[in-house]
Amino acid sequence: MSGKPKLHYFNGRGRMESIRWLLAAAGVEFEECFLETKDDLTKLQKNGSLMFQQVPMVEIDGMKMVQSRAIANYIATKYNLYGKDLKERALIDMYVEAIIDLNELLMIHIFQPADKKEQHLATIVDKATNRYFPVYEKVLKDHGQGFLVGNQFSRADVQLLETLLMAEECKPDILAKFPLLQSFKARISNIPTIKKFLQPGSQRKPPLQEKDVPKVMKIFH
Amino acid sequence: MAGKPKLHYTKGRGKMESIRWLLAAAGVEFEEEFIETKEDLEKLRNDGVLMFQQVPMVEIDGMKMVQTRAILSYIAAKYNLYGKDLKERAWIDMYVEGTTDLMGMIMYLPFQPADTKEKNLALIIERATNRYFPVYEKALKAHGHDYLVGNKLSWADIHLLEAILMAEECKPDILSAFPLLQAFKGRISNIPTIKKFLQPGSQRKPPADEKFIAVVRKIFNI
Repeated sequence: MSGKPKLHYFNGRGRMESIRWLLAAAGVEFEECFLETKDDLTKLQKNGSLMFQQVPMVEIDGMKMVQSRAIANYIATKYNLYGKDLKERALIDMYVEAIIDLNELLMIHIFQPADKKEQHLATIVDKATNRYFPVYEKVLKDHGQGFLVGNQFSRADVQLLETLLMAEECKPDILAKFPLLQSFKARISNIPTIKKFLQPGSQRKPPLQEKDVPKVMKIFH
Repeated sequence: MAGKPKLHYTKGRGKMESIRWLLAAAGVEFEEEFIETKEDLEKLRNDGVLMFQQVPMVEIDGMKMVQTRAILSYIAAKYNLYGKDLKERAWIDMYVEGTTDLMGMIMYLPFQPADTKEKNLALIIERATNRYFPVYEKALKAHGHDYLVGNKLSWADIHLLEAILMAEECKPDILSAFPLLQAFKGRISNIPTIKKFLQPGSQRKPPADEKFIAVVRKIFNI
C-alpha cells in the first residue's frame, strides 16, 4: 500500500522545503507530521525510523527515506524531472548542487549571532549576485530556452525558483541586474502546480522568524 | 575526443579524494593537474573553466564538470556503480550521504580552531561508532551479502571503504565492535582495482600534514 508520501520535519522550511517544492511541482499530494518538541524527535530516533537519527525523513513507496539529496533525487527521477539522459542529469546536478550551496547560506542566516548578521547578509548578496545568479542568467541567455536544461521542465528550474524567491526575501531587488532570471521567475511561477503552491493555504512554509528560533534549537540540540 | 578524465585540485585529499577512489575502483585511468598556489586557482577562474569559481573540476566526456556530488553521480552512473533501478539508487544515495557526512567531519578537522580539535575528534569517533557504522553493519547483517546494495559492487561500497580507512586513521581500532565491517573492509580492499589503488605509488593522496594545511589555507583564503 503506497498512499501519499509523508514528511517528518518541524513546521518550517529548513532542509525539507526543497522536497516540498519538488513534490508540489510534480503535482504529488503529501502529508506532513510536524516535530514540535525534542521528545517528538527522540521518539522517531528510538523507534528506528531514522537511518542516521536525523530528519528530514519521508515515507514514500514503502521506504523511510532520509538525507535530503537522496530524497530529492528519488522524487525527481520518479516524476521525470531529472532530464532525459546522463548528460542532462550531469548538468541538472551541477546547477542544483550550487543552488543547494546558496540555500545553505540563506537557511542559516536566521541562526547567526546578532553581531554577525549584517556581514552574513553581505556574503549572501555577494555570492548570489557575483557567483551564482550570473551563471543561470548566462545559461538562459546562451540557449534562449524557457527551462534551464534540455528545453524541458526539471528539478533545476524548481529549485532555482525556490532560491530566487528566498534571495528576494533577503533583498527585494536582488534580481535587478538579471532580466532573464526575472522573466524565468515569472514564467516558472505560472506553471499550474507551482502557481498553486505559491498561493496562501498551500504547504509552502514561511521564513523562520526570530521568535521561532529558540523553539527550533530546542528540538535539535 | 574522449581522452582520460583530468582532475583539477590541490595535491591532497579534500573533496577530490572520493572522485579519485571512484575512478580508480572503476578501473578508469585519469590525469591530474595540481593547484599549488593562489595564482593557479586564479588562472583557472580567469580562464572561465570553473562554473562557480570552485574546484573540484573534472574534465570528462567533453564537459568541465564541477560540484563533487554531480561528478561522483556521473561517474557512478557511467560505470554501472549506481544500482540497477530507482530503488537501488535510493539506497545507494542514502548510504553515500551518510559516509559523506562522516568523511566531511574528518576532512574539516584540521581547519577547526586548535582549542576545539580534541572535542571534535571525540565527536567524530562517537558519530562513527554510534550513528554511522552501526547502519552499515546492520545492512550487511540483514541480507548477508558481500555488498551493501543489490548484491553487487556499487558506489556505496567504495565510499564506505574510503570512510572506514579515514576513520581508522583517527582511531586504529574504531571497527572493533563491527565484525562484518572488518570483513567488508578486507573483502573490498582485495578487489583488484581497489587493491591497486591502495598500493604505494597510486594516485591516492595521504592525509594532510600541518605544512599542507597551511598551503591550502593560502590557496583558498580560509
